[in-house]
Amino acid sequence: MQQHSNIPENDFEVRSLDAMCINDEQVETPSWHNLKYLLFGLVFGIVLIKAEVVSWFRIQEMFRLQSFHMFGVIGSAVVVGAISVFIIKKFKIKSIQGEEIILPEKSFNKGQIYGGLLFGFGWAMTGACPGPLFAQLGYGATAISVTILMAIVGTWVYGKFREKLPH
Amino acid sequence: MSFIELVKQPWPWYVAGPIIGLMVPTLLIFGNKTFGISSSLRHVCAACMPSKIPFFQYDWKKEIWNLFFVFGVFLGGIITALYFKNDADIVVSKALISELSKYGISDFSGLVPADLFNWASLGTPRGLILMVLGGFMVGFGTRYAGGCTSGHAIMGLSNLQLPSLVATISFMVGGFIMANLILPFILSL
Repeated sequence: MQQHSNIPENDFEVRSLDAMCINDEQVETPSWHNLKYLLFGLVFGIVLIKAEVVSWFRIQEMFRLQSFHMFGVIGSAVVVGAISVFIIKKFKIKSIQGEEIILPEKSFNKGQIYGGLLFGFGWAMTGACPGPLFAQLGYGATAISVTILMAIVGTWVYGKFREKLPH
Repeated sequence: MSFIELVKQPWPWYVAGPIIGLMVPTLLIFGNKTFGISSSLRHVCAACMPSKIPFFQYDWKKEIWNLFFVFGVFLGGIITALYFKNDADIVVSKALISELSKYGISDFSGLVPADLFNWASLGTPRGLILMVLGGFMVGFGTRYAGGCTSGHAIMGLSNLQLPSLVATISFMVGGFIMANLILPFILSL
């Protein structure tokens, strides 16, 4: 857990907020094991595109309540995810490395409202959240590399001014 | 209809949604990882330009799985374009088609409107605003909120986290405001 030692105390609960370094496997695995995440990402990318979740047009429909499609995708994903999490907790299912799966509790802060609204603006403008940006780029929309670069810049600027922002 | 032709069709929500939902237990069981994408942007910052900012001082190599995952999403885009591409235009509601036609958006062949998101339109006010400012807000907003659609709306709600519900509602409210009230002005620039 050494990687946490250099995160300062005044950090706004980095661990619970950012879904990082929370319950990642402590078992040492060879680096080629990361290829499984590449495979999962690949499946995720194909689904995002084939269901048109990464389509700017579908996002516009969603925010204008002109189609049920996106609500159906997100809603059914949450239902399946919630049932899975319930089963994992109920039967104390372990990871394939034999570790106990503990899910992080998130705590409320105002960033979820302010940041959430700002991200909502960006979502409606670009028609994409972070995952879909990478899928759009792969699908051949090369100009989206500018949008991804700006998303990285946005993340950096947030990190830079984090302590001055209301949380 | 052959299988490959079936795959090429747009997938209905009741096929895609459950597969996306299954990403949650898959990542938990195969590596004790919580589903989330926007953190990858932070890891890129931590890896490339930490600039002594405390928020980027951590062992990003421990989170490298997340970068493999988003690279996989990128490769998924390439593979779909090569092998599973649907050549027909996207079918969207008539109301949207008539609204967008007012702004000269008539190309429905791509994932993103070719009339808006291309290299040339970076030189137009609306293209610049949508791509540059929009991208900035996606990165800034998701990190400020502590997650994006995957981390909050799907992972967080699956784990019945109230803060994630607050974040998800904020995403939707922001999107409704932008799409209905502000975007018409940007598109008419």
